[in-house]
Amino acid sequence: MNPFDYRRAEDAAGAVATVAADPRAMFLGGGTNLVDHLKLGIVDPDLLVDVTRLLPDGVEPLPDGGVRIGAGMRNSDLAADPLIRRRYPVLSQALLSGASGQLRNAATTGGNLLQRTRCVYFQDVTMACNKRRPGSGCSAFGGYTRYHAILGASEHCIATHPSDMAVALSALDATVVVQGTDGERRVAMTELHRLPGDAPERDTVLRHGDLITAVELPDLPFAARSRYRKVRDRASYAFALVSVAAAVDLSDGVIREARIALGGVAHKPWRATRAEAELRGARPTEETLRAAAEAELAEARPVEGNEFKPTLARNTLVATLRDLVEEERTR
Amino acid sequence: MESDIILRVNGREWPLRVDTRTTLLDALRERLGVTSPKKGCDHGQCGACTVLLDGRRINGCLVLAVACDGSEVVTAEGLGTDGELHPVQQAFVDHDGFQCGYCTPGQVCSAVGMLEEVAAGWPSAAGRPVADTPVLDDAEIRERMSGNLCRCGAYANIVTAVRAAKEVSR
Ligand SMILES: Cc1cc2nc3c(=O)[nH]c(=O)nc-3n(C[C@H](O)[C@H](O)[C@H](O)COP(=O)(O)OP(=O)(O)OC[C@H]3O[C@@H](n4cnc5c(N)ncnc54)[C@H](O)[C@@H]3O)c2cc1C
Ligand code: FES
Ligand code: FES
Repeated sequence: MNPFDYRRAEDAAGAVATVAADPRAMFLGGGTNLVDHLKLGIVDPDLLVDVTRLLPDGVEPLPDGGVRIGAGMRNSDLAADPLIRRRYPVLSQALLSGASGQLRNAATTGGNLLQRTRCVYFQDVTMACNKRRPGSGCSAFGGYTRYHAILGASEHCIATHPSDMAVALSALDATVVVQGTDGERRVAMTELHRLPGDAPERDTVLRHGDLITAVELPDLPFAARSRYRKVRDRASYAFALVSVAAAVDLSDGVIREARIALGGVAHKPWRATRAEAELRGARPTEETLRAAAEAELAEARPVEGNEFKPTLARNTLVATLRDLVEEERTR
Repeated sequence: MESDIILRVNGREWPLRVDTRTTLLDALRERLGVTSPKKGCDHGQCGACTVLLDGRRINGCLVLAVACDGSEVVTAEGLGTDGELHPVQQAFVDHDGFQCGYCTPGQVCSAVGMLEEVAAGWPSAAGRPVADTPVLDDAEIRERMSGNLCRCGAYANIVTAVRAAKEVSR
């Protein structure tokens, strides 16, 4: 690990200016991903700008009925927030299904969104990886691919985005508030992360020096009954093989609206727009739920070693929807 | 590069000059001789380095010491008072909650932090609706303590010890 300078930022504009001016500077949140990457040699910053003290760290209701989550809020505090638990349970569940009690106490909302893939080849600097070293090749093909993508991948990269929280935020139509050198802008959560294409080194649409300051959730009454279901290799403290965040608006036996996102299947949280379209206006029979899942996974392209994932994703999606429908019916 | 910081560790204040690359775990063990937090993996994957930072359990291996400037750190050494073990420590002794003991200081700090979280009404992923007030049954203990691995597999007695500690602290 090379030496670096550490600074506690006093204000957002100053932090942004400092990092934007130095290509090797990085923001530091809880450090649970970045400090790991320093040790692994994946990053080599000359300056860390600690933003944990300057970022807002609470949940505030907004005048339009939505809520604003401070980017400095720790994952455990967000999961335990009474408003989030009541109005957006899928978000609490997603957070609580991730990492461990200790890690969630340190991890921040902003850092969680920008955590990097857990692809073992990305994390091993002795291996070729287009995401870590553009043009060096992808070692995952023909390798260990249990955690790799089946949707939207490219020949250059089949890594997945590992965040559980981000999957819930995508389903909830969240907006990410970003401060850059030319002021504040808003990015739809579903647009924040990119598909790999021929530039897998870019996880997101953000520019160097962009600081995430908040995440906003819209008013979404039916999200009060929403769920996160995560399938993994052990019961806890493990990343998702596949996960589903979903909310369903059911009235008079018809699905009015559905919000669904999948985790563990793509380079970004995968918003299941095809499944949503299938469900809109339909009666929630086992057949419709299955058809919706089939529609979403129709384009799934597993690679050697993760052939089980399309079926797993389909079944997990159906099971999650079935649970939600059941919950709505017995309400 | 170096930085001057102050850590309050187990009630005692330590002014320190640290290399910015130093983790809290290494500062405690190698600079201050506070060796109860253990280095199991150094990557956040085992929980052996768990300490209480400003009252909350965290992994000492993934936080930089400079980022802890001005903070209060409590390790397993600092839990008890006046020669008395903390109730969680006592429960681990009474219920044989360890074999080799390597994971134990982390388990104990984690349990202390976890019991506070339950008392504060924090939910978990053990299956109860997140909006409900938590009740700490064995499934909850397992889920909430999943960030602490035990290479000896003393889990059965760790669960018993934590359950017993909860009873005492009530
Ligand atoms: C063993 C282990 C298991 C885990 N399991 C899971 C899991 O099951 N599910 C899951 O979702 N996650 C899991 N995680 C990952 C964990 O959730 C992330 O490490 C954490 O959320 C990152 O947040 P942080 O604040 O610590 O980020 P940091 O490590 O501080 O930063 C991460 C990145 O974000 C940048 N950054 C930080 N804050 C901002 C900001 N406000 N604006 C712009 N850039 C910023 C940093 O420069 C860095 O590039 C696990 C981690 C470990 C170590
Ligand atoms: S040493 Fe910190 S989690 Fe393993
Ligand atoms: S008692 Fe040996 S590792 Fe837990």
